[in-house]
Amino acid sequence: MRIGVMVCHCGNNIAATVDVEAVAAAAREFPDVVFATDHMYACSDPGQGTIEQTIRSLKLDGVVVASCSPRMHEVTFRRAVERAGLNRYMFEMANIREHVAWISLDRKRNTEKATDLVRMAVEKLRHNRPLTAKSFEVQKRVLIIGAGVAGIQAALDCAEGGLDVILVERRQSIGGVMSKLDKTFPTVDCSVCVLGPKMVDVGQHPRITLHALSEVEELSGYVGNFEVKVRKKAPFVDWTKCTGCGACLEKCPSRKVPDSHNEGICTTTAITIPFPQAIPKRAAIDPTVCLHFTKGKCGVCKKVCPADAIDYDMQDEIITEKVGAVIAATGLDLFDHRKCGEYGGGRYPDVITSLQYERMLSASGPTAGHIKRPSDGAEPKTVVFIACVGSRDRSVDRPYCSNFCCMYTAKQAILTRDHIPDSRAYVFYMDIRATGKGYEEFVRRAQEEYEVQYIRGRVAQIHPTTGPDGNQLMVRGADTLLGVQVEIRADLVVLAVGAESAHGAPALAEKLRISYDAYGFFLESHPKLRPVETNTVGVFLAGACQAPKDIPASVAQASAAAGKVLALLSKDKLESDPQIAQVQTIRCIGCGKCERTCPFGAIRMRELRDGSKRAEVVETVCQGCGICSVTCPVRAIQLAHFTDSQLLAEVNALCRTWDETTES
Amino acid sequence: MSGPALPKLTLAYYPGCSQTGTAAEYDRSSRACCAALGVELVDVPDWTCCGSTPAHTVDHFLAGALAARNLLQAELAGFDRVTTPCPSCLAALRTASHHLAEKAPAENGAPQDSGPNYRTEVERLLDRPAPLRASAVSVLQVLTEDVGLEAMTSAVTRPLTGLRVAPYYGCIMNRPPGLMQFDDPENPTAMDRVLTACGATVVDYPFKTECCGAAFGMPRLDIMQRLSARLLDMAASCGADAIVVACPLCQMNLDLRRGQVNAKAGTSHTMPVPYFTQLLGLALGLPESGLGLDKLVLPLGPALEAARAREDKRAALAQAELAARAARKNGAPANGNGPKENTPCA
Repeated sequence: MRIGVMVCHCGNNIAATVDVEAVAAAAREFPDVVFATDHMYACSDPGQGTIEQTIRSLKLDGVVVASCSPRMHEVTFRRAVERAGLNRYMFEMANIREHVAWISLDRKRNTEKATDLVRMAVEKLRHNRPLTAKSFEVQKRVLIIGAGVAGIQAALDCAEGGLDVILVERRQSIGGVMSKLDKTFPTVDCSVCVLGPKMVDVGQHPRITLHALSEVEELSGYVGNFEVKVRKKAPFVDWTKCTGCGACLEKCPSRKVPDSHNEGICTTTAITIPFPQAIPKRAAIDPTVCLHFTKGKCGVCKKVCPADAIDYDMQDEIITEKVGAVIAATGLDLFDHRKCGEYGGGRYPDVITSLQYERMLSASGPTAGHIKRPSDGAEPKTVVFIACVGSRDRSVDRPYCSNFCCMYTAKQAILTRDHIPDSRAYVFYMDIRATGKGYEEFVRRAQEEYEVQYIRGRVAQIHPTTGPDGNQLMVRGADTLLGVQVEIRADLVVLAVGAESAHGAPALAEKLRISYDAYGFFLESHPKLRPVETNTVGVFLAGACQAPKDIPASVAQASAAAGKVLALLSKDKLESDPQIAQVQTIRCIGCGKCERTCPFGAIRMRELRDGSKRAEVVETVCQGCGICSVTCPVRAIQLAHFTDSQLLAEVNALCRTWDETTES
Repeated sequence: MSGPALPKLTLAYYPGCSQTGTAAEYDRSSRACCAALGVELVDVPDWTCCGSTPAHTVDHFLAGALAARNLLQAELAGFDRVTTPCPSCLAALRTASHHLAEKAPAENGAPQDSGPNYRTEVERLLDRPAPLRASAVSVLQVLTEDVGLEAMTSAVTRPLTGLRVAPYYGCIMNRPPGLMQFDDPENPTAMDRVLTACGATVVDYPFKTECCGAAFGMPRLDIMQRLSARLLDMAASCGADAIVVACPLCQMNLDLRRGQVNAKAGTSHTMPVPYFTQLLGLALGLPESGLGLDKLVLPLGPALEAARAREDKRAALAQAELAARAARKNGAPANGNGPKENTPCA
């Protein structure tokens, strides 16, 4: 075998703390190595060119590059050796940047360790065999989970691109948080007026199948050929018959149900259509509050329904769909301010959340756009906004910035002054983060044109007080610019609650086999260069499920994810990874341990003619995790490209006897 | 006695210096309540200063050693848990346990030059190995968590019905939250729950953890007067008959110094400032002499009498109302106007 080695300087990243020339010199002495050199940037065009030329001129059988992490450039170098006529698996990479140069300043020991890693890579390569990928058909359909503005945008883009879209929404209507907003910053245009037409498009698009009131139960398969089980929860109304007329809502006697679309500031009925623009505009019964289900004695809606759509015996339904890719767009939930005792911990009715205030501002909200404080319905004359409630606060385990609260607070303060011209608006803030297009100008307008009083400091306490203007809330805080304590008598306090991952996000991530961070936000594959991909091929992210995002950013990421899916599914066939488990039937004793241990269901037992059983790997399902190969008691399963002999060769290269070490 | 059985619990007890002097009634009533609720208290043998304010403002290691000595005394007597009524002692003892539990710099990988190791330094000052396990809890925590409110409620024989109380926790009973690990640091409710179990009416007092200014009592009387006056004004506007406390310093400040506060603010607040253990003792039917009620500067008696009178009046009114309703029922039937239903939102 003829092996070539290239040791990369990575500018100064490696060369500063590793003697790369010495590593290359040492490599020349390794068995089968016929050529070793160092290069300033192995990944650069000249670097790759050198690799290709050397392969051709010296008739190399394999190449080792000692540089950065394989996560960074393995694909780059595999392509380079392939261009020079080698099999892409006749290449090995030694990570001497992340694993050596970046973690220690000790040049001598770094050089020794780098040499060891190169020795291991060479030994591995000596045992490598060419592997070939197989190709398989793909499903030109995409599953989109969550139908807020991100999911809606991704669905429309994918559908316009010619893919069939399965759109799954947990709630009764699509629209997400954006459908609850009154106006949007920085243009102060009506939220539902811009979202509504898109929602209608989703409802009418021939390529989009919408499953509302549904959740993903299970996802199996692999990129190009996923199979998803969706639980369609029983709405107890036959949606093929329901016309959305609303007759049932008028007659439903159960009227004390907190209205979740209106953030609990008013009540609704047990059978509901959440809001006038709902898509699908169909009624559904909440069985936890409906008198028919809780007391067993009402049936009014069934009597009044002109379409005979009510069906109390309806059951949840599980449907199965085949898709080629998945976009997670599950959005966010809001911080529960009851955790903050200093703001009353939910005890004071006139301390409300920003989204509750948004519903009050909305012309289609419960107060028809009139600002009324919850305790007595009076119009507040002094409104205090508190920013960063559950954001940038380590004491409640929310150290991150929620990204959009500064802006919606400025918008709500402007709207307050618009709705009640003789009112005063105060904003307690830490910093104003207004980095988007037109954002800083918008905050300036709030401060200058609308005379909103911005006070830099935190609020220490809110407590009820009585004054000349009746019952009010005393808001006590610090003005850190003036260095004084401030007390403001407020009629209404609006808490700019921060963003949290959608509840249930970690459980969904596990179903999708994608990673999530400590706060439940889904992890992208690379924060800068692969922001919409996940580490599970074929699963993409859009919107605030990845991190708190405002509407423009969510829509942008949704279109980006749709673009990625369209590119992926533009091919008729995809190549499978040959690094998968392989059964040596001769050795297999048919014990079935591998079948039980495989997390992907990629192993099944095949019966031979004599009735005995042998394991068999379903190549397209196997993810190459290697669990089966360590489980097998007779070593009958080997993971291609990570076989026992390859791994032991590496171990032997590293753990040489004392004699060998001193000799070299 | 019916209801849930009282726990059989023996704990080390650290009185603290205030409880031997200005707050003797806190000590007496704490012991009495614990005894009545099945918690046996064994004094930490030969206890000494906890290393609170005077020590820790000068030298953290010295303060730590003073606290550690008491924890060690308890540990040697066979106790892992030490209970104390005083929040200041509690903070000192818990701070020491907290630091003693920290790993040495060599173990946690921190640079070696990060100053002397706490345990090493404390052991040098003690000239003995520092305690390993012992930690402190407040009497309030023992009563709410070990005894439990259910057991407490069923042990109440003379409920304080009608007495309106403002629970005042002070600044350090629950803080810093990471150290104290008890109750909500912004809106604590442990004492509220104890007082509710006693049958009292707990007002929603927003200044539960506000500073009373006690620490400024000597150097800046004006600050103390302003801060204490706010607490009293708020309690009065909440309609409280008494401010109930769990800290000897707060108690002294709000009770003994009432004249100074009233003089500065031009007010005439007379509401008494009992310890929660004194009210609990009363509710448990313990003899008043054992609760040190006579040690309060502002007497509790008038508040109790006012509450009782108010309660009697309320009861009489309710009786009359009941009679009137019965009379009405026998006469013309009442008009069946049910409560209006909320209109659902559009």
